[in-house]
Amino acid sequence: MKTYRTHLMVCAGTGCVACGSLQLRERLAAELESRNLSDEVQLVITGCNGFCAEGPIVVVYPEGIFYKKLTPEDVPFLVEEHFLKGRPVQKFLYTAPSAKEKVPLMKDIPFFQHQVLRALRNRGLIDAENINEYIARDGYAALHKVLSSMKPEEVIEEVKLSGLRGRGGAGFPTGKKWEEGRRYTSFPKYVICNGDEGDPGAFMDRSVLEADPHAVLEGMVICGYATGSHQGYIYVRAEYPLAIHRLNIAIEQARNYGLLGHDIFGSGFDFNIGIYPGAGAFVCGESTALMYSLEGKRGMPRIKPPRSTEAGLWGQPTILNNVETFANVPSILLHGSSWFASMGTSGSKGTKVFALTGAVQNVGLIEVPMGTTLRKIVFDIGGGIPDKREYKAVQIGGPSGACLPAPLLDTEVDFDSLDEAGAMMGSGGLVVMNDMTCMVDTARFFTDFSVDESCGKCVPCRIGIKVMLNILHRIIRGEGKIEDIDHLEQLGQHIKDSSHCGLGKSAPNPVLSTIRYFREEYEAHIIDKRCPSLVCADLVKFQVIPEKCKMCGLCKKACPSEAVTWEKKTAAVIDLEKCIRCRSCIQACKFWAIE
Amino acid sequence: MTKLTLEDLKKIKEEVRSSTLLREGGFRAKITIHMGTCGIAAGARKLMTAVLKEVEEKKIQDVMVTTSGCAGLCSREPMATVEILGNPPVKYCDLNEEKIKEIFLQHVVNGEIVEAYALARGSESTY
Ligand SMILES: Cc1cc2nc3c(=O)[nH]c(=O)nc-3n(C[C@H](O)[C@H](O)[C@H](O)COP(=O)(O)O)c2cc1C
Ligand code: SF4
Ligand code: SF4
Ligand code: FES
Repeated sequence: MKTYRTHLMVCAGTGCVACGSLQLRERLAAELESRNLSDEVQLVITGCNGFCAEGPIVVVYPEGIFYKKLTPEDVPFLVEEHFLKGRPVQKFLYTAPSAKEKVPLMKDIPFFQHQVLRALRNRGLIDAENINEYIARDGYAALHKVLSSMKPEEVIEEVKLSGLRGRGGAGFPTGKKWEEGRRYTSFPKYVICNGDEGDPGAFMDRSVLEADPHAVLEGMVICGYATGSHQGYIYVRAEYPLAIHRLNIAIEQARNYGLLGHDIFGSGFDFNIGIYPGAGAFVCGESTALMYSLEGKRGMPRIKPPRSTEAGLWGQPTILNNVETFANVPSILLHGSSWFASMGTSGSKGTKVFALTGAVQNVGLIEVPMGTTLRKIVFDIGGGIPDKREYKAVQIGGPSGACLPAPLLDTEVDFDSLDEAGAMMGSGGLVVMNDMTCMVDTARFFTDFSVDESCGKCVPCRIGIKVMLNILHRIIRGEGKIEDIDHLEQLGQHIKDSSHCGLGKSAPNPVLSTIRYFREEYEAHIIDKRCPSLVCADLVKFQVIPEKCKMCGLCKKACPSEAVTWEKKTAAVIDLEKCIRCRSCIQACKFWAIE
Repeated sequence: MTKLTLEDLKKIKEEVRSSTLLREGGFRAKITIHMGTCGIAAGARKLMTAVLKEVEEKKIQDVMVTTSGCAGLCSREPMATVEILGNPPVKYCDLNEEKIKEIFLQHVVNGEIVEAYALARGSESTY
């Protein structure tokens, strides 16, 4: 193998590719070539580093220097200075939002510092399209250990002892599911990897598939061996072309090495994996709907029992797990259940990957130990709220989740604590909201999503959520009645109790949680006809309060319809005739002077 | 391609390991070739090639090979600095490919300073 003194890890996750990382890579290759450095400096394409907002990202080893937002034009200077003369280029380094100093090393950047990578342990460190690099990081060693020295029952026992719970949302104990799957002796039996990831704003599974596809494959083969299945399917949403591309390469390479297919490692065990691009309806992420979709039928959940482990795909026993769940499996078998269980809380072991977005400085993909507080996630890793705004809530779990207020910032995030707070882990979307976010409007947004995505099978879900949405619309327009709040709560509870699948059972959560924690905002809308966050345009007067106005003129600049008159040293005035109620002035004003 | 055995798996791992190890930190020694304009003119690139060849042939995994700017002593280029973890760095000057090879084997690998070519000891640490 050729030895290089320096490795350039160019991020080619979906985020960085969108920011031009492929062009960057080409330019780097050309420049290294022309400087005669291609024999000394290796270019490697990696999956997402999780810090997409700073992309395109390049990390330089052995030093671990982190470059952000590079453009092809920066390349000649960078190559000359750093790769030829060994001087890291200051101006491309990262600066933390709150500090002034540059942070050259990736490991010192707060965003990365507080993370613990297990499911994403190879992210940014290997070329996702090269199986050898996965193997070099102990890849397929767990599979070998399992096939050569463990009985299927022992594998299941190990996964049970590890305390691993499904990362797809509900947190079902993985070992228990595998045990059930093993018990049914009708063949063929199937293993399915759920990569549908339909939550708005979530991209954890995509990132795992792009950065470390072999980890998922290895986890699936191990599951196949443990449960007695010989065929696996990966259901990935068709909107993830790069993930599908990398999976195809990974499957091909694993097959060539005999790590998939017939007689793996000469153990006599056969296992194959196929990819199925899903057409992308949220409800198709539900396990039974997903299986119908795989069969080519309409994706609609069915009544359980029978559970999928008894009669799933084509009526055969099927073990279905989430992408991140499978990615956790190889390390558990390699390092042992107690290693895995040493991290986390009493009921939730290991780590969880979250997509952190919204009103935080550092938007990105993070992995933290179960039990990490929301405060640490939002303020230490996320870097706090930008633009001097205040923290209001964090929305966790997407359309099935809840908005948690400031007093719950010290909640240690795990399956059980979230459940208690009326939220859900969901697949791991975390949206941070500042004081410019209206909770009633947020509830409306997610309810709207659920109305669109309900498959229509059950009345409570199909009609009930729509009724809730109509009430929310009324409140937002200023036509709410005080009884509406109780009505929403009762209706929401009914829908939860009587819907058939997880979509309907959790769709009222955004409304119920905002009523639970932000009831005063509902009351302000209904009684005072006022939206405290100035989001609901029908309840905003679009008037400048002269006493509060600091005469800065920002609102005039922001207004697209020339409705604001302002001159130096006078308070602004909004001409309601011209105002189109777009709220640009409100967002521009730092002093809450427009109401 | 034929089916992989555990031996193959280990072999691949060892072969590729040196490159992935580079990305994980944990170095025992560091050798820096000074690549200012003067150093390059004096032949520093050849030193680099020679060092990398040694690393490759001897399958060395715990040595960081890197470059830095001018060492500030242009008349004595090409130069290199060797730093064994925990020890002060040693600067070598007036090097050529033969000398750097000797330094690599004796100092970097075996830990004995090559006094004959050494210029100074204990300058600024660069870890
Ligand atoms: C409406 C709905 C959407 C879902 N979407 C997903 C999804 O996108 N990805 C996923 O892994 N699980 C999703 N689930 C959960 C799956 O039904 C299933 O519980 C999970 O994939 C099981 O894997 P796990 O035990 O590894 O978590 C969804 C559930 C419901 C009700
Ligand atoms: S709860 Fe909603 S999404 Fe689920 S099966 Fe019923 S109608 Fe369909
Ligand atoms: S942005 Fe606010 S403070 Fe500034 S002029 Fe407009 S209303 Fe006044
Ligand atoms: S795609 Fe590069 S950091 Fe996410």
